[in-house]
Formats: sequence, C-alpha cells, structure tokens
Amino acid sequence: MKALRKKVYMVAGYNTVSMGTGRKEFHPKKPRPDLEHYIKEAGQATLKMIGGAENVDEGVIGNFMASRFNKQANLPAFLPMIDEGLKYKPAISVEGACASGGLALASGIKSILAETADVVLAVGFEVQNTMKAMYGADVLAGAGWMKTRKEGHAYFFPGVFSNRAGAYYEKFGKEKTREAMAKWYCNAIENARLCETAQEFHNKNKDLEGTAKMPLNPKKFVDHLNYSDCSKVSDGASAIAIVSEEGLKNVGIDPKDAVEVVGIGQAASDITKEPENMTCLTTMKAAAAKAMEMAGITVDQIGTVEVHDCFSIAGIMGAEAIGFAEEGKGVDFVLEGHTSRCGKVPFNTTGGLIGWGHPTGATGVHQAVTIWEQLTGKAGDAQIEMKEDRPYGMTVNMGGDDKSLVAIVYKRGE
Amino acid sequence: MDLVPKMKNVSVLGAAGKMGSGILVLLSFEMAKLKIGKKSNEQFVLNAIDVSQPALVNLLGYVRSQLLKHAEKNIVELRDWYADKENLVDNEDVINQFVEDVMAMIQTSTRIETTYESELIFEAIKEDKDLKVKLFSQIKQNNPNAWFLTNTSSIPIGEIEKEAGLNGDIVGYHFYNPPVIQKLLEIIKCDNTGDELNEFSIALAKSMRKIIVPSKDVAGFIGNGHFMRDALYALNQAQKLAETEGWAKSFFMIDTISRDLLVRPMGIFQLIDYVGVDVTKFILASMQPSFPNETLSHGVLNELFDREVKGGQYADGSQKDGVFKYQKGRITHVYDFGTGKYVSKEDIEMDCAAKMGELPTLKIYWKTVVRDKNKAEYLEKFFKELHQIDSVGANLAVAYGQNSKAIGQMLVDTEVAASADDVNTVLETGFFHAYGPINDYF
Repeated sequence: MKALRKKVYMVAGYNTVSMGTGRKEFHPKKPRPDLEHYIKEAGQATLKMIGGAENVDEGVIGNFMASRFNKQANLPAFLPMIDEGLKYKPAISVEGACASGGLALASGIKSILAETADVVLAVGFEVQNTMKAMYGADVLAGAGWMKTRKEGHAYFFPGVFSNRAGAYYEKFGKEKTREAMAKWYCNAIENARLCETAQEFHNKNKDLEGTAKMPLNPKKFVDHLNYSDCSKVSDGASAIAIVSEEGLKNVGIDPKDAVEVVGIGQAASDITKEPENMTCLTTMKAAAAKAMEMAGITVDQIGTVEVHDCFSIAGIMGAEAIGFAEEGKGVDFVLEGHTSRCGKVPFNTTGGLIGWGHPTGATGVHQAVTIWEQLTGKAGDAQIEMKEDRPYGMTVNMGGDDKSLVAIVYKRGE
Repeated sequence: MDLVPKMKNVSVLGAAGKMGSGILVLLSFEMAKLKIGKKSNEQFVLNAIDVSQPALVNLLGYVRSQLLKHAEKNIVELRDWYADKENLVDNEDVINQFVEDVMAMIQTSTRIETTYESELIFEAIKEDKDLKVKLFSQIKQNNPNAWFLTNTSSIPIGEIEKEAGLNGDIVGYHFYNPPVIQKLLEIIKCDNTGDELNEFSIALAKSMRKIIVPSKDVAGFIGNGHFMRDALYALNQAQKLAETEGWAKSFFMIDTISRDLLVRPMGIFQLIDYVGVDVTKFILASMQPSFPNETLSHGVLNELFDREVKGGQYADGSQKDGVFKYQKGRITHVYDFGTGKYVSKEDIEMDCAAKMGELPTLKIYWKTVVRDKNKAEYLEKFFKELHQIDSVGANLAVAYGQNSKAIGQMLVDTEVAASADDVNTVLETGFFHAYGPINDYF
C-alpha cells in the first residue's frame, strides 16, 4: 500500500510509572500494584482525555506473557474492567513478544482503515516483577524459538544480543563499539531523569560512564554485555486512542493536539531461522523502509525516534537499520552525538527501554505516547525542539531477535 | 589437591545448630561441585547428625532454601553442569534438579555410629571439651582413619587431640556466624596436626572461597582472644561507671561508646547479647585454664546468667532479651543490674548524653564508612578530634580504643597471631569492624 486510505490519528496518550529496580518505591519483597491496576490506570487516563468510554468503538490490548508472569489469559475481557462503558464492545488482544504493543497499534490502525471503528482504545501492559530475574528469563525466552532454549544462555535474550554484540565487535572494532554503547547508556539515563514515570528517573549516579565501562563478567552474566547495556525488568502500562478524522471530531480534540499516522511498516521473519546477518537487523530495516515509503519521506526528514533498545547494541543497530548510518557506522552516529537530546535526531527522549523501562507488552504503545507528547509539545521537562525540516517522528518496536517488527511514522496533526 | 577421596562420606556433628547448619550447607556446595560439576560417578554422602530429630527436619528446610538461593545465583554455571540433560530446558528446571540432586546426598541421623563410615567429621557442637573428647575418642576407636575438623572457638585443639587420642587427625576449623555468608575462617593447627590434613583443610577452605587466617593453638585463638578480653574490659568499665550513674545508664553508655565512638557495627553489650551471655560465659570458662595469670570471668556476667538474662537468638533469628531488649533489632530497654528491672531507653538517653559531654563534631557512621574508599581519611579525622576533646565520653572512648589495641598487640606478641595484619583481618572480616584494633588511631 503506497499510502493510508484515510487519515488515522493518535491522541490522549498516557504512561503509568515503569516500576522495577531503580524506582524508590520499588521493593522486591513488598506487595506491588497488579496488572489490573496498571491496565485501569492507563486506560482510564486515556478515556478521560477523550470524553469517556461512550466515545470508544473498539478496544485492543497488547501483552506478551501475562499467561506466565501472572497466569492470566483471556485479556480482551480486561478492557471492560477499565470502564463499564466498554461492556459488550468489541475487544481483542494481540501478542508478538516485545512488539505486542506495536501490534496493538497496528490492529487499531487497521480497524480505523477497515471502518469498523472511529475510536479505538489501545492499551499495552506487562507486569513481570512477579518472578526473580533468572525465572523471568525463562518466560522471556518465549520470544525466541523454544527449540533453541536448551543451548541458549541462562539469561536467554541478553545471551542472544551478546552474540550480536560480539559479532559487531569483531567486524567493526570492540573498543569504539563499547564506547558507543556506553554513550547510549548515558543518553538513556540522562533522558530518563527528565521524565518522572521513567524507571531510571531517580537515578543519581554521578559516574554513568564509569558504570557503563565496568569490566564484562561472563562468569555471572553474558560475554559481551554489561547490565548497563540491558533494559530492566519492568511493570507498567501505556494507553493511547487511535482515531479517524470523524473520531477526532467526536472526542472533541484539536488536530494540533494529535499526531497523524502517515506510514506504517510491519514485518515478520521466520523465528526458526538464525539471523542471516548477525550485525544487521534486517527485519527492522524492512519494516522501517516500508513505513517511510508509505509516508513518502526520507530518513533526513525524521526529527525524533523511539527505537527498540532492549539492549544498547540493538539501539545502535537500530539506528543503522532505519537508515541513519551504514552498517558499522551506527557507533559513529551515536558517538558524534546525533542521537543525543541536542543532536540531529534525538533518540529515545525519555530514556527508551534502557532508561524509561521495558514493560514488554506496553513498550510499543509507550513509544507512540512519547512521540505524541514530543510532536504536540506535551513532553514537559523532556520536551525537545522539533525542527521545521525534520517534522516527523518514528517508532520502531521489535519482538524477539529481529522477528516481529512494527515501524510507524507520525507527524503533528493540522 | 584432589578432594574427592576424603569428601565421599562426610559427617557434620551438631548439624542442626546455628553453625553446624551453615557448615553443612557449605559442604553440600562443595560436594555438588565434585559430584555434579565434575560429573563424578562416585557416590557422595553428607550426614547431618544432631541429637534432635525435629531440629533435623527443620534443618532440611533451611538447607533446601540455601541451595535454592545458591542455584539461582549460579545459574550460568549450573546450566553448563547440566548441559547434557536434554530434559532440563528452563533455568527453573535446572535449578530444581540441582536442589534435588544435592538434597539426595544429605542424610539425617541422630546416631553417632553414622560417623563410623565417614572420612571427614566436622564438628559444631557446644563449646564443651569433655563432650568433644568423649565423642571423638568413641569415633576414633571405631573409625581409626577419620579426620576431625572442629569448629571449636576457644578450647585448645591440642588438648582435645591428646585427651581423645586422635593421633594428629584433628584441625581447628573455626567459622564465623553465619558460615555461609561470613568469609572468615580461622584454621588452628595443633602441634600434632598431620601435614596432609593441614593441606587438605587449606585446600577445602580455598575451594569454599574463605579468607583463611591461621591461629596458634592458644585458647580463644585470635577472634575470641580479642572479643573476650574486650568484653571483660567493657564489663569492668561499666562496673566503675555504675557506681555513680547506676547500671542502666552505665550499660547504655559503654555500649554507645563502643559502637558510635569506636565506629563499630554493634556496641559491646549488644554483641554479648547477640552471642549470648551463656555462650560468652562458656567461652571464658574454656579459656581460663590456659591463662592462670589472667581472670577470664566476670561476676556481673555470671550473675546475669544466674538471673536468666541470657540473650541469644530465637529460631527465627530474632534477638532474645539480654542486657537490652530489642524491637526490630533496635535497643528499646536497658537492664538495670542493680534493681533487676528493664528501664526504657528513652528515659535515660538524655542523661547519658549529658554525662558523656562533648563529642566530635564530625559525625561518622559505621554503616557508611565501612565500605567507603576514603575510610582511612574519615577515621583519622574523627579519631584525631576525639583525642582532642576532654569529656567523659571521649576519654572513655580513647581508653577503650587503646585497650582494644593492647589486646591485639598482645595476641601478636604471644604469637597467637602471626602478624598484626592477621589480627586486623579477623576483626574486620569476622566482626565486621571498620578498622583493625592494631592501628595508628589510638
């Protein structure tokens, strides 16, 4: 499809706190809010901004592994829990590992295009602090092919991206890559400190670079990554309304307070196959290219990006996959400061997965909320200045090791 | 050194006790390394022996929980150990299998005869020489090749060796509480201890990643050698101060001084409560015969014991009432030795502060200083100021620090410890002091 058949907007985004280690109020042994709490908090906040549940035609919920983290399935039925007004309205849930949130957005966009709805409530959530990290790793390994779990690392996904990082070091030089990964971490935490819902909002570490450059410890963790290269374990939810032009009128929101979806690219690749290129996220590349093609823009018109940095190396390879740098040059792009908040294209302006947090099923929606905030001037202390020649925002949400991808291009409504 | 031949059948006497249970857990980790880590086909048996059957049941629960924690922490290595077990896919599968496999090596028993099959016998029963001698000689008669590794904390090992007729097959292996966490291990070789046993005991300690400090076989060794004399000094000081201030204030002040002004993790009377008034009394009694020229007992301590003011811990680890009463680990009441009643801390706190008088303006706390890179600098500043102040509190503190230093120095001079460093290592690791007693501060 060259362009969307009709206009699709997103409005009224909301993020709960990303809860987990790093937050002052987090204590692993004390009771915490449950998934019901997070779904309600995010869903109700969005409903309030769009004039209540009666304005909603459909609901979609994105989640990865509530079935194991919380032993909970049948998630569509949680939408009416948010508000009685959603009772008997259509609801579905979607799953695509860490791209579940992005898939929820894609599903909502499709409902608008299919004209089955003018207003779709999209919610993403994950509550994964229910188990210790080494058991959570078992659950998250479900984003990979289970038949490879046995030979995989105890910390399965850190292991997968450690292997990618190792290949990248070998091909393009370890020292500079580690430098760029450290810079990625510093950017993430510095941005997170500007956003009060971020998991790293309370981070007071004065020597972030020192932390990022701690020696690797393969005996206790993985070969090529430090903890600072990884997103944390998070609980949280995000919600946003996906609306048509009519829908926007119905909810009474000025288009200037909305973002328009101008391009979407979805792509999946075979989970049973090894990556064809260890140093390139080829599926992400395909999805990003589709989204930009549909939007009719080039990478030079993008002013801010929320990229799926589940690991710092994924963030750097993401910058390459989108097209900001050639393969192997993403490290320079980062080191030259282009992804920093005052750089050419600020990336992950509230910290991304490493700084803001990674409640897996919520992440795709969280990315959209952040872009909506930035493009409509609602990002508070984390607000960046959008330049006229770069008016577009982009989100790139990835499930597994470059397997399920959703890329979306946005601009501010007019 | 190949540990396997000696580790195939091991017994722990007093396995259900505070120290015994920790030692049992450490040994189970070691056996796991040999059996599972090295994929040995040998059979390994770890006997948990105790007089109390119910306590052994509880012990198994404790061991299981410790194994689980250990497995979770070492999951990266464990996946490697179980790499060839196709059915163990998730971390959870591997962790559970590890716990089951190790538990399968542990057998409980209330019978001393169980040790007759063992190559190694670890002992952590109470500090009672006659009992140790009786058990060891019985075992030795039935199991002539057994090696004894005893957690004796103060009785000279050589005396036990001689009286039980052990033929050099014993070494002192003094863990600190809790053994699983505490890094320090005092190894006490008596005159007759065989070289092979000595080497084995060091190799095993290294494998357990312990910090080894050798101590001469002199009653109390280094750890209790310092602690007991430090405690007696504190009791004497308290007794003097009580003449004018009364016992409650006196206990409270000396405890506060030994904690806050000496920058230690606990005050001396809280430490006595933690160890137990009874245990402290037994240790002193066991040391006394070796030091005929010293008085290693204290009337106040004996009287506290007689009045059942004993301290020590409940099974859940919470503190029993002793010199102090506690709530969530904090002192709430102080025992008034004169009246035999507890007094609320709040009622005497202000008077005590007034009596102690001026204190250093620089406030430093053990909790923050102990891990600080610039620890030495802070301590030096603090103690320098302390020396310059002429108040009751400051003077008592300086005298206390000097006495502690003198005890440490005496342990070096009498060759109980090989060096000042060894004394300091024991106090810093075994007692968590922020600095060793032999220092330039006092």
